[in-house]
Amino acid sequence: MIKIRGLTKIYNGTPVLNGIDLDIEKGERIVIIGPSGTGKSTLLRCLNFLDTPDGGEIIFDDETIDVTKASPKDIQRLRLRTSFVFQNYALFANKTARENIAEGLYTVRKWGREEALNRADEILATIGLADKADAYPAALSGGQQQRVGIGRAMSVDTDLMLVDEPTSALDPEWVEEVLQLMKRVADQHRTMLIVTHEMSFAKDIADRVIFMEGGRIVEQGPPSKIFSAPEDDRTKAFLRKVLPSAS
Amino acid sequence: MRALDFEYMLGLVPVLLKYVPLTLGMASVSMALALALASLLAIIRVAGIPVLDGITRVFISFFRGTPLLVQLFLFYYGLPQLLPILTALDGVSAAIIGLTLHFAAYMAESIRAAILGVDRSQWEASKAIGMSMAQMMRRIILPQASRVAAPTLVNYFIDLIKGTSLAFTLGVTELMGAAQKEAAGSFLYFETFIVVAVFYWVIVEALSLFQQRLEGRLSKAFVR
Repeated sequence: MIKIRGLTKIYNGTPVLNGIDLDIEKGERIVIIGPSGTGKSTLLRCLNFLDTPDGGEIIFDDETIDVTKASPKDIQRLRLRTSFVFQNYALFANKTARENIAEGLYTVRKWGREEALNRADEILATIGLADKADAYPAALSGGQQQRVGIGRAMSVDTDLMLVDEPTSALDPEWVEEVLQLMKRVADQHRTMLIVTHEMSFAKDIADRVIFMEGGRIVEQGPPSKIFSAPEDDRTKAFLRKVLPSAS
Repeated sequence: MRALDFEYMLGLVPVLLKYVPLTLGMASVSMALALALASLLAIIRVAGIPVLDGITRVFISFFRGTPLLVQLFLFYYGLPQLLPILTALDGVSAAIIGLTLHFAAYMAESIRAAILGVDRSQWEASKAIGMSMAQMMRRIILPQASRVAAPTLVNYFIDLIKGTSLAFTLGVTELMGAAQKEAAGSFLYFETFIVVAVFYWVIVEALSLFQQRLEGRLSKAFVR
């Protein structure tokens, strides 16, 4: 069980996260939706300190981290307990697809090199890119790069997978293959926190949908409720915009 | 205008060839040390480590801001007067120290710029998988920065090879020192120095071939 208490982030005097409280059950797949610039990505980035939060607590099972007092060691442990899928893939440009997946295993988690590369090959087979194992990111399409990015996050058994708009930077032709893969990852019942603008994908895979606006959680619930019978006017207004046919 | 003494020039080639290893040796050792020091200085500057950053700025400012020849004289003739233990320092070592510090100052700035040019996504992905600063630098950032910095660094290496000729002012008989001695005996200054000029030229051209192969290798990950 992961608990977030009062998580706050302020950019240049403007609060971007306004005291987020959130409990995440083990195996729960949570999708965060909401207008641009409402702190969805910042929430994910604060959970592994890619952005440094300004206040609040992050609690993983027995370990409580007061974000204002987090030591480099605490931050490193937090990063080892999470994995991250980036909007812009962020593959290591100087590493092949296989090395991108294996890198964290042998450099950070101290697996043997062989073992790590074998694991990478397994993952590549799973994501359908076994034939691209030795290709560098520059030689891969956007969709293939993002699949490797997802593979990199899948390769480790973390307590929480953070997925930040996995399809937003993709050309339309590659969106479907990445969503297909994300659905398969979701089917493994990993604990996931996903930010996306793909509403039908959210409906398909979410156990819970969170609507965020202005750095706050406005409304949350099962997708059936949020998409069919939202209560808050702001949620209704947002869904009218992104699901014009549904209203 | 008198005719050139080609026989003398041809005879000079084997004489000078014997000094090429010393010139290349001084240049290679200085380059290796300068690269290591420059990378360290660049990382200190990028990371903004409080006190060290200030020291590094002063170091770079001094060694870029004063002539190499002055620095060499300072190390070889000056410092031993303050620190008698340095009297034991021979000309070759003094030249290597001087060249290392001088070129490290220049290269640190190129490497720093190249590090800062590595895309933000590379830093974030390294952090997200839990890498330490040292792991991130060694495995992700420096390899990518080296591709950007390579052409400039090879340029400095060329400059450094030619800079070894100043060692002759410290009494080292390297390529230039040997030529100087030959010219003093033969009085054929033009012949001697044109031959030694060609020696440096050939060495640098050979290096340019190496540069092409190096850049090809460093770029292999970026071919579409």
